[in-house]
Amino acid sequence: MTTQTGVESSVGAEHRAAGRRMSTGRAGDRVFAGAARGSGIIVLAIMAAIAVFLIWKAIGPLRENQANFLTSETWNPNATPPRFGIAQLAFGTVMSSLLAMLMATPVAIGIALFISYYSPRRLAAGLGYLVDLLAAVPSIVYGLWGLIFLSRHMEGISSFLNGALGWIPLFGGDSPGKNSIFTASVVLAIMILPIISSISREVFLQVPQAHIEASLALGATRWEMIRMSVLPYGRSGMIGASMLGLGRAMGETIAVAMVLTFVPGINPHILEDGGATFAANIANSFAEATRTGQGALIASGLVLFVITLIVNMAARAVVARRREFV
Amino acid sequence: MSAAPATGLSKPTRTGSELTSVSLRRKIKDRLVQVLVYMAFALAVIPLVSVLWTVVANGLARLDGTFFRFSMNGLSGRDPGGGAYHAIVGTLEQVAITSLIAVPIAVLTAIYLVEYGNGGRLARVISFFVDVMTGIPSIVAGLFILALWLLTFGFEFSGFAGSLALTILMIPTVVRATEEMLKLVPADLREASYALGVPRWRTVCFVVLPTAMTGIVTGIMLAVARVMGETAPLLLTIFFTKAINTNPFDGPQGSLPTFIWEQAADPNQNSIDRAWTGALVLILIIMLLNLGARMIARLYRPAGGR
Repeated sequence: MTTQTGVESSVGAEHRAAGRRMSTGRAGDRVFAGAARGSGIIVLAIMAAIAVFLIWKAIGPLRENQANFLTSETWNPNATPPRFGIAQLAFGTVMSSLLAMLMATPVAIGIALFISYYSPRRLAAGLGYLVDLLAAVPSIVYGLWGLIFLSRHMEGISSFLNGALGWIPLFGGDSPGKNSIFTASVVLAIMILPIISSISREVFLQVPQAHIEASLALGATRWEMIRMSVLPYGRSGMIGASMLGLGRAMGETIAVAMVLTFVPGINPHILEDGGATFAANIANSFAEATRTGQGALIASGLVLFVITLIVNMAARAVVARRREFV
Repeated sequence: MSAAPATGLSKPTRTGSELTSVSLRRKIKDRLVQVLVYMAFALAVIPLVSVLWTVVANGLARLDGTFFRFSMNGLSGRDPGGGAYHAIVGTLEQVAITSLIAVPIAVLTAIYLVEYGNGGRLARVISFFVDVMTGIPSIVAGLFILALWLLTFGFEFSGFAGSLALTILMIPTVVRATEEMLKLVPADLREASYALGVPRWRTVCFVVLPTAMTGIVTGIMLAVARVMGETAPLLLTIFFTKAINTNPFDGPQGSLPTFIWEQAADPNQNSIDRAWTGALVLILIIMLLNLGARMIARLYRPAGGR
């Protein structure tokens, strides 16, 4: 009877034993198992190949580069001699995606709480689907919407923020505009809402019902129940979710490329027009790039790849840690 | 293991004092949070409605026969007329090729993870990197195909190169969806099949896969909808053209996302209108795929599942 618990791992062991007994001499089994295993290995090979080929194609242009790749703010790889550095791109990427994460996380957790604990039970699935629709809208459409619709409305918000919070250097500057890092981060925040809220919802689903009922039985209000049993339990999951959102925002290309106007040089005033990110710069400058230019873009893409890899792995590790004490 | 009981025990002791405090304040706090949570949800719905509304309102202007029957060949951004025939054909071909490559690899990988991996080291590593692969920025996938297919192997821009880039983005989503579905197949079915002396591969192909088929199809359709809207990798691998090119293996091809990108870059109103209509068509296709996937999942749900 113990084998019928449905626990995957124990059943898997049974299979293995059964499979070994049967597979003696059956060619079909060997071929099929080999194909399945081979496909898995192809996935690993692709990941390795991405790293290898990006590094390989980036080395040449990096050697020719006359500027410091890490600290220079100029991006001029098509000139002779080529001069390019990623300082501005790194600043734009980190700034826009961090802002997006800060804006999206509270809202996304609010959405997850709403769907899990506030909305009527019957509507919950439909409302969840509505939020998932946000993820189904392609980034090019967000870009078009941001460029033509949202940026027009951002001008007022930007000048208001500039007037009210201008004493903070980040919101300072003389000419708040509409194609700024701030506008880009608003678009990014909308785009990463669904992933943060759907992972938070998954985490909330795993909160033991006993914790919830215990706090309600003690006379807690709904908010007290959430604060005392749901939020502490889901903390690492929510942190992981927002980090996954951060990784998403860093890699987002087209929407940012359409919304941001490129102005050379790091501008710490995020309300002013201008700025660039790794991904947007690749999309914008690829068409005019020479061979060296393409290599330089690949080098910057490699940096983006490494950063998102680190953020994603850390996020997965944080989310996975939760599973251990379930 | 020790972390959970600790939090579970320490909370109630703190709760005791808080729960006996003034009732009105607690009530107000509770209401306040409720309002905030409702507002958070409204905040998510506003952009969704706004995006869909602007796309529909602006896109209807050019949603005519010309749009579906003509390409942009010989037209500049200022000219009225013109259409996205070349882009729609290109997108459909690219997505079809992508699915042909990605689906077998992804489904077999999921089969390995669930049926053959047994939680061994290789299965764990593959599972981890599938997760990591989900997070690869689409532009990096494009750069990889650029570095491998175009710069190293020396091929030209082509629809096929774009499909290769999209494949990288499609594999992880299909693996995850298929894996979830295979895990839901009851172990009894497999054991019954083994007991009849059916070899393992036939069990997987003719018992496990058919049982999970609707879920897998749903997952594939959602993945197709996702890669269909990708733009960034296509810019680096397919480039774009205004003319009709039905051969995905030869030269630049059109695609809906790059069509929108190209038309939106031109400040003329005729061009912007075409971009909106392109966006409307793209969203319609994606929403249809999405809805279709959910319908299939609902209609063919296995009886008594979960």
